[in-house]
Order: sequence, then C-alpha cells, then structure tokens
Amino acid sequence: MNAALTCTTAPDNTLAVALAGDWLLGNALPGIEPVLENLRKSPAPAGIAFDTAELGDWDTVLVARLVSIRRDAEANGIAIDESGLPEGARQLLGLAFAVKEREGARRSARDIGVFEGIGEKTLRVVARSRDLLAFLGELVLSFGRLFRGKATYLRSDLVQYVQEAGAEALPIVSLISFLIGMIFAFVGVMQLENFGAGIYTADLVAVAMVREMAPIMTAIIMAGRTGAAYAAQIGTMKVNEEVDALTTLGMDPVDFLVTPRVIALIIMLPMLTLYGSLMGILGGTFVGLSMLDVSLVQYATQTVNSVGLNSLLGGLFKAVVYGSLVAIAGCQQGLACGNSAMAVGESTTRAVVMGIVLIVVSASILTVIYINLGI
Amino acid sequence: MQVGTAHIDARDITIAYGDFVVQRDLNFTVNRGDVFIIMGGSGCGKSTLLKVMIGLKSPTQGDVFYEGVPFWASGDDERDAMKRRFGTLFQSGALWSSMTLAENIGLALKQYTTLSDAEIRDVVNYKLMLVGLAGFEDYYPNEISGGMKKRAGLARAMALDPEILFFDEPSAGLDPISARLLDDLILELRDSLGTTVVVVTHELASIFAIGNNSVFLDADAKTQLATGDPKALRESHPNEIVRAFLTRGVPEANAA
Repeated sequence: MNAALTCTTAPDNTLAVALAGDWLLGNALPGIEPVLENLRKSPAPAGIAFDTAELGDWDTVLVARLVSIRRDAEANGIAIDESGLPEGARQLLGLAFAVKEREGARRSARDIGVFEGIGEKTLRVVARSRDLLAFLGELVLSFGRLFRGKATYLRSDLVQYVQEAGAEALPIVSLISFLIGMIFAFVGVMQLENFGAGIYTADLVAVAMVREMAPIMTAIIMAGRTGAAYAAQIGTMKVNEEVDALTTLGMDPVDFLVTPRVIALIIMLPMLTLYGSLMGILGGTFVGLSMLDVSLVQYATQTVNSVGLNSLLGGLFKAVVYGSLVAIAGCQQGLACGNSAMAVGESTTRAVVMGIVLIVVSASILTVIYINLGI
Repeated sequence: MQVGTAHIDARDITIAYGDFVVQRDLNFTVNRGDVFIIMGGSGCGKSTLLKVMIGLKSPTQGDVFYEGVPFWASGDDERDAMKRRFGTLFQSGALWSSMTLAENIGLALKQYTTLSDAEIRDVVNYKLMLVGLAGFEDYYPNEISGGMKKRAGLARAMALDPEILFFDEPSAGLDPISARLLDDLILELRDSLGTTVVVVTHELASIFAIGNNSVFLDADAKTQLATGDPKALRESHPNEIVRAFLTRGVPEANAA
C-alpha cells in the first residue's frame, strides 16, 4: 500500500499527522512539507500528535522523517506527542536524541565565491611550492650525508631501483623512441624532398632525437612509469605507518627512501636516453632507406656527421636533470601523502603531473641556455 | 639503573594540530620498569601523545625528559641517538612490506651495530623465537596474519634491546586469547629485561592486567584527569569520569 501523510488541525489547534501505508526505504514516499508548513502557520499549532492506525510496514526512513519533524517542532517550541507512534519508532526516535549533538561538530557547507576560490587555490599552490623547496633542502642535506658516508640506505634497494627504472623500462622506451624516430623521418622526407634535400632527413632525425626528443620522451615515460610508482610506494608506506617506523628508529626517511631512488633515476635516465636515441635513429633509418633513394652507408655517414659530441653530452645532461626531477616529484608527493587510500591515488596523480610540468619547464630553460652557450 | 627511579618525565606538554588544541598541561612521570598506560576515550589524543614521546610530532609547549635529558630541545643527532634506545610497536605492526621478517628485524642491527650477517641472523632468529614466530624468518609481512604481524612488529621493536618499549593499541584487532598472550609477553619482557613499557590502550582487561602506572586523558577537558596505578584509580579516584571509564560504567553526571 502506498505511503501517505495527511495533516488535519483539531479544534484545540493541535496538528494531527496521520501516517498510512508502508514507509519503507525504496518506496515512493510523501514529503513532510505539509507538516512543516503547518508548524509555521500563525497561530502556531499547540502541539503535534500522530495517528498511525493505517500505518503498515515501516523502517528507519520513517524515523528519519520523524526526526526532521521533531527537530523543527522543537526549534519552534511546539510540544510533540509521540504516544501515537509505534513502540519501536518511539524508541528509535528517543535513541536518536539521547546523545546531544556535539557543539561545533556539524560542518556547514559554505558557499565559496569565485575570488575566495581563486585565493584559496593560489595559497595552496604557494604552500605546495614551499613544501617542494623544503623537500629539496632536505634532499641536499641527505646527499651531503651520503658523501660523508653517514647516510643509511640499503645497497640492495639501490640495485633493485636501478633494475626497475632501467632494464624493465627498455621495451616501452624502445617502442616509443622507434616510432618517434619514424615520425620525424616521415615529416623530414615529405618536406625536404621538395627541395631535393631528402638526405638531410638523417640530420633532422639524429639531431632531434639526441638533443631533444630522446631525453624528453624518455623522461615523460619515466614520469608515468617510475615517478608514479615511487609516489605510490612511498605513499602506501606512509599510510601503513612504515615511514614512522623508520623515523622512530632514527633513520631518516629521505636518506632511506628518497636518495637511493633519486640516484637510480639519475643513473638510468641518461642510459635510457642514449638507448632511446639509438632506437629513434634506427626508426628514422628504416623510413629513410625505404622512402629515399640513398644507401645505408650514405645515410649512416650523414647521421654520424650531424651529431657532434656537444649535442650528445647536452642531451645526456638534460636526461640527468629530468631524471632527478621525476624522482623528486615522485618521492616528494609520496612523502606528502595523506593518511588514506584516496590520498595515495591523489599523490600518484600529482607526482605524474608535477613530473611532466617540471620536465617541460626545465626543457625550455635548458634549451635557451644551450642556445646562448652555442651548444 | 634501579627499578623505581624516574625514567620518563613529561612536563607541561601541550599538543595541537594547527590551532586545534588536543591536550594541554600534561605532567606525568614514568618510573624505570613501569608498565605505564596512556588511557582515555577514543579521540582524546592518546596516540598523538605517543607520537610526541617517540619523536613523530613535536609538542607546541613543554618537553619530554628521558633520564633528565630534554627530548625535543636536543639537537637532531642527539634525538636520533635517543630514539635508538626506544622500540615502538605500531597499531598495524607497520612492518616494511618490501622486506622479509628477518630483514625487518635485522635492518636496525645492520645499520647500528658491527655484527656480521651471520650474527645478525642469530639475533633475528632469537627475537622471532621470543615472540613465538620461529621459522617465519623468510616470510613477507603480507603472508602472515594480523596477530603474527603484531608479534613480528614487537620482535622488530626489540631488535636493539631498547630501554623503553612503546605500544600503540597492542590488543586492537586481536582475539581475546592473542591479546592476553601479548599482554603476558609484555610483562615477561619487562620482568626479564627490565624494560620500561609505555602502552596506549583503552582495553580495560589489558589496563588492569599489566599496568602499574597510568595517565588518564579526557577529550572534553582536553587535559589529564588522573595519574597513578589504574587499580587504585578505579577504587578511589575522586573524579566520576575516571572511575566510570575504569568500571565501564556511565558517569552519574551524564546519566541524570
């Protein structure tokens, strides 16, 4: 039977609320607005009484409505007579009001204006930058301890990080670099053939890969792969109190967890970059040979002549910078992680975003510096 | 050092998260060889106080003195050295999940002692035997049960033979028998090694079984209401709330 609610005002000005039908979660239920409207009428009702003669099955959804009515009635100073309610409902209602709401516990949803929102976001960005700087400081101190032989970390950990960040990343780096090399070669062949300068495709691919593309693409792969893994690993340890356990033993979490990871990426990213450059050039060669009328020897000679030691070292130095940035973003976000499973996900996301932003920003800065230095 | 002399001295400690004061004006003394209970209702700041005592959170005011040496006013190096004389069992065990039990327990030994790998292995074996986990050296933390994790955590906390053992809710999540066994183990360690034990708990059974000294924190008053032997507090403390907590009763003030 459908739930129904009817209000009638008795001659003595009490409000009689008649409840009928099944008041169950999932049923379509009438609202309590008629009752509330009556409560606001003037003159206000002298009291509220309930009539539940027609009431069928009910569950806590009914009690929740009753709580709203009672709260409203109490706020308006109207007496409420619960004797008409079923025994169980009366008890549940009593239970709900047995413990007084703790003062100040309720959080009111506050409307935040546009400017306030922008302000808060800005302050958050400032706070985050300050955290990052503080973290950088700690990392520098940690490296200081490392060089003085005072830092504590496990060599076996470092070996494992190097393997995870290096050897296990080879397949993805191969694939991406090879394809990028091919794409560059396609573009080069299409454009340069117009001028009869198709052979310079070899220069284009080699220079682009070695100086810019290999470092940046490898770094972005590593931000998504290793940076995210670092944030998740350290973040989970944080949630699990494992980081606290290190601290209480007098071991610095930065020494123990961060420094070896940063070192692993500083070692591995240049190596992966070198490998990525080769794969890219290979991809370019593949396209060049199939689309241009040149021999392998011609193409190879052109490639070798185009890449100087400057370009090579410049590219590798970039890789060192990107590698440390990716590791720093991952580890910093991991250590800044909150205390829930949600927080681990958030810090992982932030580690990847921050890693990529740092890579791109530093890439622009380095490129300008290189141009000015004539590298 | 003699049993019964002051070991830990908390003076005027105020703990706050930002502007939100958790507890203020805490003063208590833990004697050598005590099993000291930090008790109080949920959310009163027991675990936060523990964090202050083991160096995870700095107090906004006051300091903890270990044998008269201020903990937070000391430099980082001295504080690290002091921390190495503590052992802490975290609520979840907090074993390092990427390491086996043997590596978990052996890490501190490897870092802070000159023992050879074989000697470390012997110490690790012994510590695991003490907590009833002989033979589990090469298991990873996710391969053992919650109770075993706690005991392994205890073995790790005892790795460096600490002078003070801290326990954060040791019986949380344990069945009554395992909880009882852990309590017995705590007492045995205290008796045989003379370790001072500080336990955060609200399990009445544990409190009376092992505690001989305590501090009672209250969430509403935001300070300590009582210190002393929990059994004596239960019998004759003037404050209703303290007695009610210890007798699992309802304070008369609220019942009215």
